[in-house]
Amino acid sequence: MAGSNKQTATILSKHERDDIDMWIARFPEDRSQSALLAALRAVMHEDHYISTEKMDAVAEYMDLPKIAVYEVASFYSMYELDEKAAAKNSISVCTNVSCMLNGSDEIVDHIEERLGIKMGESTPDGEFFFKIEEECLAACCGAPMMQLNHVYHENLTKEKVDALLESARKNGTLHKKETS
Amino acid sequence: MSKTNKNAEDNLVTISINDIEHKAKAGSMLIQVADAADIHIPRFCYHNKLTVAANCRMCLVEVEKAPKPLPACATPVMDGMKVWTKSEKALTAQKDTMEFLLINHPLDCPICDQGGECELQDLSMAFGGDSSSFQEIKRVVVDKDIGELVSTEMTRCIQCTRCVRFGEEISGMRELGATGRGDRMEIGTYVEKSLDSELSGNIIDICPVGALTAKPSRYQSRSWEMLQSEGIGSHDSVGSNVRLHTFKNKLVRVIAGDNDSINECWISDRDRFSYQGVYAKDRVKSPMIKKNGIWKEVDWSEALETAATMLQEVNPDSVGVLASPRATVEEQYLLQKLMRGIGVNNIDHRLRQIDFHDQENTDLFPNLGMSIADIENADAVMLIGSNVRKEQPMINHRIRKAALNGAKVYTLNPRELSFNYDVTEQIIASPSEMVTQLTLITKASFTLSKKKIPAGLKDLFKSVRANKSAKAFAENLMNAKNPCVFIGSIAEQLPAYSTLRVLAHVLATNTGANFGFVGGAANTSGAWIAGLVPHRKEAGQAVNEIGKNASEMLNHPKKIYFLLDVELEADADNPQQALAALNQADSVIAVTPYANKKMLSNADVILPSAAYSETSGTFVNIEGTWQSFKAASKSYENARPAWKILRVLGNHLDVKGFDYVSSRDVRDELKELCDKAEDTPKFETTGLFAEHDSVNVKSLQRIGEVGEYVCDSLVRRAKALQDSQPDHQAVQLNTDEIKKLGLAKALSADEQKVQVKQGGVMVEMPLVVNEMIPDGCALLMAGTKSSGLLGSAFGEIVITL
Repeated sequence: MAGSNKQTATILSKHERDDIDMWIARFPEDRSQSALLAALRAVMHEDHYISTEKMDAVAEYMDLPKIAVYEVASFYSMYELDEKAAAKNSISVCTNVSCMLNGSDEIVDHIEERLGIKMGESTPDGEFFFKIEEECLAACCGAPMMQLNHVYHENLTKEKVDALLESARKNGTLHKKETS
Repeated sequence: MSKTNKNAEDNLVTISINDIEHKAKAGSMLIQVADAADIHIPRFCYHNKLTVAANCRMCLVEVEKAPKPLPACATPVMDGMKVWTKSEKALTAQKDTMEFLLINHPLDCPICDQGGECELQDLSMAFGGDSSSFQEIKRVVVDKDIGELVSTEMTRCIQCTRCVRFGEEISGMRELGATGRGDRMEIGTYVEKSLDSELSGNIIDICPVGALTAKPSRYQSRSWEMLQSEGIGSHDSVGSNVRLHTFKNKLVRVIAGDNDSINECWISDRDRFSYQGVYAKDRVKSPMIKKNGIWKEVDWSEALETAATMLQEVNPDSVGVLASPRATVEEQYLLQKLMRGIGVNNIDHRLRQIDFHDQENTDLFPNLGMSIADIENADAVMLIGSNVRKEQPMINHRIRKAALNGAKVYTLNPRELSFNYDVTEQIIASPSEMVTQLTLITKASFTLSKKKIPAGLKDLFKSVRANKSAKAFAENLMNAKNPCVFIGSIAEQLPAYSTLRVLAHVLATNTGANFGFVGGAANTSGAWIAGLVPHRKEAGQAVNEIGKNASEMLNHPKKIYFLLDVELEADADNPQQALAALNQADSVIAVTPYANKKMLSNADVILPSAAYSETSGTFVNIEGTWQSFKAASKSYENARPAWKILRVLGNHLDVKGFDYVSSRDVRDELKELCDKAEDTPKFETTGLFAEHDSVNVKSLQRIGEVGEYVCDSLVRRAKALQDSQPDHQAVQLNTDEIKKLGLAKALSADEQKVQVKQGGVMVEMPLVVNEMIPDGCALLMAGTKSSGLLGSAFGEIVITL
């Protein structure tokens, strides 16, 4: 199933290919499409966004129609398809009902002011990407909440947000955290 | 479930729809039962040839004991089920669904091509409210450019996903998809690309709204102004049923017709968009005669008199008659009757064929050997020399259905082809090695079946040494329950066609397979039946004197050529030879809808005939079904249906029995002759010795299969189809061959052009890299503009920088 095409091999890193292979092995042979979510996650880990080139490479590697990959990648909010999302840190503030009632709008305003960018933009220094309208992250009991990189932070206040942004800036990148 | 016992035998259940009882097959969906009983349930996403998606929710109906309305398309019937399709509960659900669907649908019906034939428009008349509760701003979706054939207006899309499912399930190419989600979900290709499928136009027919409409006919006319007539597709030998739409007596659009035993409800893009060629710039308005090199428009009687005199003044042996296999059976029958009536025997329609050794042994007409619909039931299919997907899209569709059901497909072709289903094995053999490969497999089939090898084949078998893979190949066919061996158009063009045909036939017999021909044009079968071959009269009856075949007529030039809808530079195997023959002729009489520059320079009398849709007639398809049609539009200017031209010419030449009033009279006469004919020829291999000219290729072998959109005069003039396939005009080689020939430099240049030489003529053409071409071969399609200057389609060529 996994293609050995030369081009695919160079577009997908060894780490990505190993990860995809590991996930494909977990599903029945005729259900390898199920590994697509994990495959795209592997690409997100590596690049912090998913380029069309990588989606095509995943499609070829997993022997799927390209459009099948585009559909999944564009459906889930955990995948970013825009290159500008590839900042060192990714901030997602939940703005759904529970968080909104508990003041998520103020948190959003505060972050925008603090970083000098609007939702959906990245800071010019490439430190932060502020994701646009994140859907409910299923942590309503701790509203308002946000996800900084892969970690949930609940019961947010402006001060708490400031501290989190500061430590993120200091402690390095999403990438470092994952690999450590 | 106790009641089911009563119906257990035929697996039927009884349900009640709107308080009337209906019998239904267990497991079928409610909507199918309702459709069969003529009870209309509104729907958008459901389509009887596609899988159930149940995402539009328009078909909600009330079902007893169900707390909520259920979608009729996804609710299986159960015994005793009670359903109401028009109850208050059902209607409320349908109206509410309609309101949701209309939230984001623009109110642009007055400028929408679908207006008047739109499912959404119709249903909103029935179920839509006067006002919407939705006060917010409607969404807008950016249009996609998906090629020359389908125009998009994606804001109108209601996400029924019929087009997406069509791509996955019918055309076998998942090109469209639903990206994004919620109110931002869009149907498209995501990355801008043209649709590549040969069936892509069908998404226009199945789109229930105006999101996907036909680009070439966009904004031409409103649907209620058009007249619809039934017609038959004219670009393959299947005879797809089509509906012709005319506006002010002009053909403006073609859509698919329904015929479950032929094309179901799909048609090829070629049949759908070729109509653009009808009104090409070089349509001939009036009869013309060339005098001293100058063309003069004349009236019909003068033109016909001139043609008749030309034919009367020469020895019949020096007349050559070449006709299109796309002409109607009436035209073909009259032409041969007329010519044989004045003693001309050189009559043929097989313009691309060069090997005629076995013509005597052919059936009444080369045929499929089975019905088109039956192909679905095959469990092993072997294709020999056939690009069936491009040549016969609807036959390919049936093979695909078989393949999806588990049938194994094997091919033997001069190049690797892309299929829209899994092919178990593709044997690639250069054109000259095709015989060797097939000999190996056929020889293995004799070993396996323990049948006696006919004397005629012994020498050929001695020339090859059996190998394991050939044996496995034959074994696969033999082990199948319903195997089919099909030979196609590429094989037909090869110098060793008759050998390939004999081998394929013997292989089929040994393995218990159906033997069939999957090539040909719209009326190739009709041409054989009508007697448009040099060795047989109508209904396969023997002739007194066998005439010359197409190849001989052009190789040993005649004094007079009579052409029926033929452009030899594109329709003949060897354009150089054919044009030279016309050039030296005393006179050329052409019955043709079109006259391009070559026609004007070679012909002496042009009798303008009606083009596609302008004449009544009959096509006989590859399985032998006769399908008659009426004229849908008026003949262009002074052009006349070819059967009328031939009838009057017959009168001018005093041939007996030319008093037909309608084309039906002609058809009925031929049909009667066919019914009366007791002894129609059958394909016989006995006595056939495998004789073929071994091709000694020193340099490069040309693969000159006929391009998808250049197979006949009509489609060659269809602009949108031409624009959608620029590669046809190129020469294609694999990377290694390009290096070997020292052409790598051409690839790095801005314009990748090379010089192609065949038969002393040099032509400059674009070079395209195609790794699916074998070493030692170059793909250079026949029927194109540049190939019209070259020689034999499968001859030798030279390519230089």
